Amino acid sequence: MLAKIREFIKDETKCERIDLPENTKMRVQDFDLWYDDTQALKSVDMDVEEYKVTAIIGPSGCGKSTLIRSLNRMNDTIPSVRTEGKVWLDGYNVYDEVTDCVDIRRKVGMVFQKPNPFPFSIEDNVFYGCEVNGMDMDKEKKVKKCLKDAALWEEVNDRLDENALSLSGGQQQRLCIARALATEPEVILMDEPCSALDPIATAKIEDLIDELKNHYTVVIVTHNMQQAARVSDYTAYMYLGELIEFGDTTQIFENPQENSTEKYITGRFG
Amino acid sequence: MISRSSKDKIIRFIFFGIATFSILIISFIFLFLFSRAYPAIEEFGTGLLSNDWSVARREFGLFPALYGSVFVAVGALFVSVPLGLGAAIYLSEIASNRVRMILKPMIELLAGIPSIVYGFIGAILLGRFLYDTYNMRGVNSFFAAMLVLGVMALPIIISLSDDAMKSVPKDMKDASLALGATKWQTIRNVTIPGAISGISSAVIMGMGRAIGETMAVMLIIGSVMRMPVPFFDIFDTGHTLTALIAVQMGESHGIIINVLFTAGVMLFTIVAIMSIISDILQTRTKQKYEGKR
Repeated sequence: MLAKIREFIKDETKCERIDLPENTKMRVQDFDLWYDDTQALKSVDMDVEEYKVTAIIGPSGCGKSTLIRSLNRMNDTIPSVRTEGKVWLDGYNVYDEVTDCVDIRRKVGMVFQKPNPFPFSIEDNVFYGCEVNGMDMDKEKKVKKCLKDAALWEEVNDRLDENALSLSGGQQQRLCIARALATEPEVILMDEPCSALDPIATAKIEDLIDELKNHYTVVIVTHNMQQAARVSDYTAYMYLGELIEFGDTTQIFENPQENSTEKYITGRFG
Repeated sequence: MISRSSKDKIIRFIFFGIATFSILIISFIFLFLFSRAYPAIEEFGTGLLSNDWSVARREFGLFPALYGSVFVAVGALFVSVPLGLGAAIYLSEIASNRVRMILKPMIELLAGIPSIVYGFIGAILLGRFLYDTYNMRGVNSFFAAMLVLGVMALPIIISLSDDAMKSVPKDMKDASLALGATKWQTIRNVTIPGAISGISSAVIMGMGRAIGETMAVMLIIGSVMRMPVPFFDIFDTGHTLTALIAVQMGESHGIIINVLFTAGVMLFTIVAIMSIISDILQTRTKQKYEGKR
């Protein structure tokens, strides 16, 4: 009954759509965002290529976190936010009236800056997304697969029923990645996933990102330029809400076209 | 000029004195309460827990009042918990900031209405209405008292539950939403479980308010010292410990005063047990969020 009503309300054929070039998973088009009267994003245009890692860098407050949160409409949770412009996912407009945030977020998973596991057991954490989305599957298998994909299985396989908050910070963050993988997303957004972690835990996450891009499209925000250079294929440099430069990571780091980009990556400000 | 460390010592001493003083006062109240109740306990023993109350026959069974207190408070919860929790969910998770800023102070204002006003409204309006409309036996009933107490407990339950749900980290709610959970799923699976200790202690505080309430109950409950028949008949009349003390106090002397003090001890015990339960719940959740099981 409920499913029928849902079907009735949501007519996907009405969703505005365009044809994106092949290999382009997401496109941000002329996107503006305001917090009350403060404009945080100014007509941002950016393409996200499929099965690649796209990094967003820039000084604090430049809007990089706001931009990544716009990709799965997480900014909708902040009442003062107002947006204009479009974000396309597989050719569908993420910000269309008929688009269901829930569907978007299932396709576009997210890992946050601070590890934020639920105060449940490890396995319940991983399975949460499947449960709320009514995905009917073998819990044990699913949990095992996701934990393996997140390179955490070896460390926790003997204590899946323990509270997730008893894990170390790095383990918690990998658990959050496993949890995001469980809903079988196509894109994974990472908002400074290593900023709360020590160097060893960071290296593990970076290795993991390298693995993930074989199956997923990854967008990562980082304030660590070395990290962007190490893990990403494409880099976007933002400053004061504008996307200043976007291109191949090697090009951005070796031959930046904009003066501001060069200053930032050579560490002269930011 | 006093040195810094002796200044510290003096301040510490003053605060230690203040803390000790307040604890002492409370201990004296306990002592006094128990010492005045003791003669009655010594004389009547378990007779105090019987069903029979008759001043003429010197029978002082407090059970109907004890039962009435608990019965009316539990009944009030059936009114205040669904309404209070619903309102708290709306306030903390759904309402816009502006609506919240208007509603929350208004709800807290409800807590400031003197209880006699509630009692008066309950007796004159509600009791009368129930009597006229539903052909009840009288104006007074447990039912009317439960409704009034339920409404009286609302502000405390709404306000504390709202605080508890607001204090669930936004990180956690975001994590749930980002996994494709709907707002309602997030409220049900993350926010409410995360706030459950706060909500439970809110409910217990609300119940404490209902048990401790005197004036309003006295006007509506009927003040009849016997058990409702059958015991779950919410349309019958009865008594509560608080109303019993208030009603009897003026015209009592001798051992009856001691009996009333025993009623006070009973009230005190119930409220103490509830606050211990509330404390335990608080610690449990705290441990959960710190990663201990």
